[in-house]
Amino acid sequence: MDFNPTDLLNILPILIVTVTALAILMLEITIKRAEPAVFVFSIAGLLAAMVSAIYLYPIRESAFYEMVNVGGFASFFHVVFIIITILTFLLSRQYIERMGIYHSEYYAMILFSLVGMMLIASSRDLLMLFIGIELMSISFYVLAGFMRGRLTSNESALKYFLLGAFATGFLVYGMALIYGASATTNLPAIAGQLDELFNSTIFWIGVAMLTMGFSFKVASVPFHMWAPDVYEGAPTTITAYMSTAGKAAAFSGFLIVVMYAFAGGTEKLQDLFAILAVCSMVVGNVIAISQHNLKRMLAYSSIAHAGYMLIGFAAASELGMSGVMFYVVAYGFMNIGAFGILSMVEYGENKNLTFDEYKGFASRKPFLAALMAIFMFSLSGIPPFAGFFGKYYIFISAIQEGYTWLAIAGVLASVVGVYYYIRVIVYMYFYDGDVTLEVEPSYIGIAALVISAIAVIQMGILPSTILRLTTGLF
Amino acid sequence: MFENNLLTYLIFSPLLGAFILLFFNRTSHNAMRWVALLSTLFTFVLALLLFFRFNSSVAGFQFYQEVSWIETIDVAYRVGVDGISLLLVMLTAFIMPISVLASWSGIKHRVKEYFVFLLLLEVGMIGVFLALDMFLFYIFWEAMLIPMYFIIGVWGGKERIYAAVKFFLFTMVGSLLMLVAIIWIGVYASQTIGHFTADLLVLYDISPTISLTLQSWMFLAFALSFLIKVPIFPLHTWLPDAHVEAPTAGSVILAGVLLKMGTYGLIRFCLPLFPAATYEFMPIISILAVIGIIYGALVAMVQTDVKKLIAYSSVSHLGFIVLGIFALNEEAMQGSIIHMVSHGLSTGALFLLVGMIYERRRTRLIVDFGGIAKVMPVFAAFFLFITLSSIGLPGLNGFVGEFLILLGAFQSQALDSYWYAVFAATGVILAAVYMLWMYQRVMLGELENPDNKKLLDINPREIITLVPIAVFVIWIGIYPATFLDKTEASGQRLLEQVERGRMMHRAAQAEGVSEEDVFGPEQSSYPENRTR
Repeated sequence: MDFNPTDLLNILPILIVTVTALAILMLEITIKRAEPAVFVFSIAGLLAAMVSAIYLYPIRESAFYEMVNVGGFASFFHVVFIIITILTFLLSRQYIERMGIYHSEYYAMILFSLVGMMLIASSRDLLMLFIGIELMSISFYVLAGFMRGRLTSNESALKYFLLGAFATGFLVYGMALIYGASATTNLPAIAGQLDELFNSTIFWIGVAMLTMGFSFKVASVPFHMWAPDVYEGAPTTITAYMSTAGKAAAFSGFLIVVMYAFAGGTEKLQDLFAILAVCSMVVGNVIAISQHNLKRMLAYSSIAHAGYMLIGFAAASELGMSGVMFYVVAYGFMNIGAFGILSMVEYGENKNLTFDEYKGFASRKPFLAALMAIFMFSLSGIPPFAGFFGKYYIFISAIQEGYTWLAIAGVLASVVGVYYYIRVIVYMYFYDGDVTLEVEPSYIGIAALVISAIAVIQMGILPSTILRLTTGLF
Repeated sequence: MFENNLLTYLIFSPLLGAFILLFFNRTSHNAMRWVALLSTLFTFVLALLLFFRFNSSVAGFQFYQEVSWIETIDVAYRVGVDGISLLLVMLTAFIMPISVLASWSGIKHRVKEYFVFLLLLEVGMIGVFLALDMFLFYIFWEAMLIPMYFIIGVWGGKERIYAAVKFFLFTMVGSLLMLVAIIWIGVYASQTIGHFTADLLVLYDISPTISLTLQSWMFLAFALSFLIKVPIFPLHTWLPDAHVEAPTAGSVILAGVLLKMGTYGLIRFCLPLFPAATYEFMPIISILAVIGIIYGALVAMVQTDVKKLIAYSSVSHLGFIVLGIFALNEEAMQGSIIHMVSHGLSTGALFLLVGMIYERRRTRLIVDFGGIAKVMPVFAAFFLFITLSSIGLPGLNGFVGEFLILLGAFQSQALDSYWYAVFAATGVILAAVYMLWMYQRVMLGELENPDNKKLLDINPREIITLVPIAVFVIWIGIYPATFLDKTEASGQRLLEQVERGRMMHRAAQAEGVSEEDVFGPEQSSYPENRTR
């Protein structure tokens, strides 16, 4: 086994992010008042990583002895993760200062989790996948509990850790069984012997375990229990990050395993995904209706959105896969925007987070309210915003594969969803009230929201720009 | 070049006005009103250009424009106009400046947002009438909901929140099922042409061959969405709430244009796409339409609120239009189309008039009025004129449509019974009863209520709002040929298309194409498209 230097070039985005994260920790030690330097440095690092990921996109290769994929699928998700991370940084700066949790570890942990996500999206081997998931998850456990002084934050971290460890157990066990059946952890090698494997019981048990583990990570019913509490307790910017980039990463891993290694996994798996999808959409949307706390409402809505994305898995076609990838990106922008606004309005210990406190928001902060309205309409799937096109595309894939009933279930669940999303607008626009913000939102925070809103509109009107990048990935 | 893009300019011209409005100071209300007015007038001028350049002898779509958009699923920006959509576009472009004028003094807070939403609404409405791509149509159809929702919810009456949410949810339920149907027929088409498509003109040739059972489901999914919008009995319950709570301009647009989208949808999509199912559902929808005519009229009769009365009268009038569509002959179809325009004008004007008196008195209850004609003679004259047009006095616009519809329904071979027409005709009589009775109680009699004694008659701006409508009321009443000529060829072509579609359906069934063959277990048209 010889070391191939071009391999380093092939994982350049991951390397840059890793180096940036380590350098931040050093900066904190060496400089007093490191905050501005840390912030600027990490943004610069992220931009460099993004550029290198875009540069690698046309390549379709593997590196490090079939451990990681280069270009295509991996690059697509690398760029998505990095953009979301940048948005999170822009939103976080003011928030962590206000909440008194400014430590440069905050940025470093986010970057470490980003490395984990990037590894997930590039993995070409079950082991690589596992390392990525663990790196991401462990960073998340820490981040969820970042408000040390707060009981809810601690609860969130502990709950996430215990349940997350349990789910990881399933994941590893599943991988072990698949290895047992196929004698390899290399994904293309597994794909190569699918015909024999489809007759093996051990293989299917392994697949089931793996599906459970991933279902936990993407927060789909019945493995969703952790999401509301964790999302509610974690610092809001972290919730934004976990529910967008975290979910995107989990879905990228899920896509690699199901679509790339198992070739859609035959009807057995497709029907299973269909059922998971329906349960998630119904449970998520119905419970979200009864929430008074916006953060919790968005947590349940994220369960429902996991359901929509699972429809693409049920279709198991190339169109379905493009649909999921589009949806992941669309959901990323609209959800980080919505959580971003919550983080600006919130103050003290979970104050200003209920519907009542958003009364009259539109007359106080017309611009923020308008952005929030865009995110809400997009989340509820109303054209011409990105959320609508995501659903449209995924429903096409479902109907094409004969899952018309799934599409019908999807649209009916959306109607339920519309109710609670537009309730936010009702409170912001149709009621009078005097919501006050603790401090004026910072310009960089607003910049992040504007970027997200533009992306949501742009992807809704010209979806081809993203769709072009979601085909012919391996 | 200009001709090619005319429809695009027409659809998106209001955006220009909305964009300019964004740069205004929130307090310069008058300037913003003028911008909105000029913008809607500009759109109207474009619509007039379209009207005069439109070739009445061509039955198909004119000014067709196609710009590629999402190639992977054959979605494109496809717009075109035929006689049917031409009149509705004209109506929309005509109603909008009037709505702006109607909001001149009534809207006092958040003026900027109000006019921006009004202009966005216009984009959606004109887009719906001109789109010839299922995806594009759906986008306009749904996007239009957003501004209307805000207009009712922010600037509406006391129960505005309830009304706005109800309006939104009712419409969403229907349209989401339609979305599934839109996708489904796109997928169905891929079996014939090899790829998914949203091109309406391609689907026209393919979808009639769908088996009757599946066609019925598709028809229902589309029709539900349109019939909620119309609204037909018993799906009408959102309408009185939305109408009553909306601000005047909102009601005018709702009655004038939004309801017509439902009937337009039936004509443009349900009939030609699913001809066999159309015949299947014709009796039940016609019966519902007749029930709606009589029920709407009876309920209107007992209303105490003038605005609610007019809202219910819409249910009755729209029943006529739906009956005319499903009579499936030339007279009735022509009558339906002209009645859509007529109803838009008459009911729009009635809402304007009610809005004027409401601005003065802050009440709409019939008991609060009486003898208004004595203090507001000009107002009363207009009110009487429009009332007569609404009840279908010969020589005014309402008569033309109702007469043609009843004539068509009477002779209709498709309906195959004159009883529909007979029962529908009672609606005309009932309309006279509730409208004239209302007029009598509000305008005539003694001026007893002291609050009414100091009412001022309508001002020049309000007269300017009403006069253009009055002109068209007379024009359509006396010389409907100007407008009927435009729709004749297209209406005829549509009926032929439905008939041809039925033949295609029969032929396809006779060939022994069973449901299994058309949509068997192997449903994917892209069997090889799985990853790996």
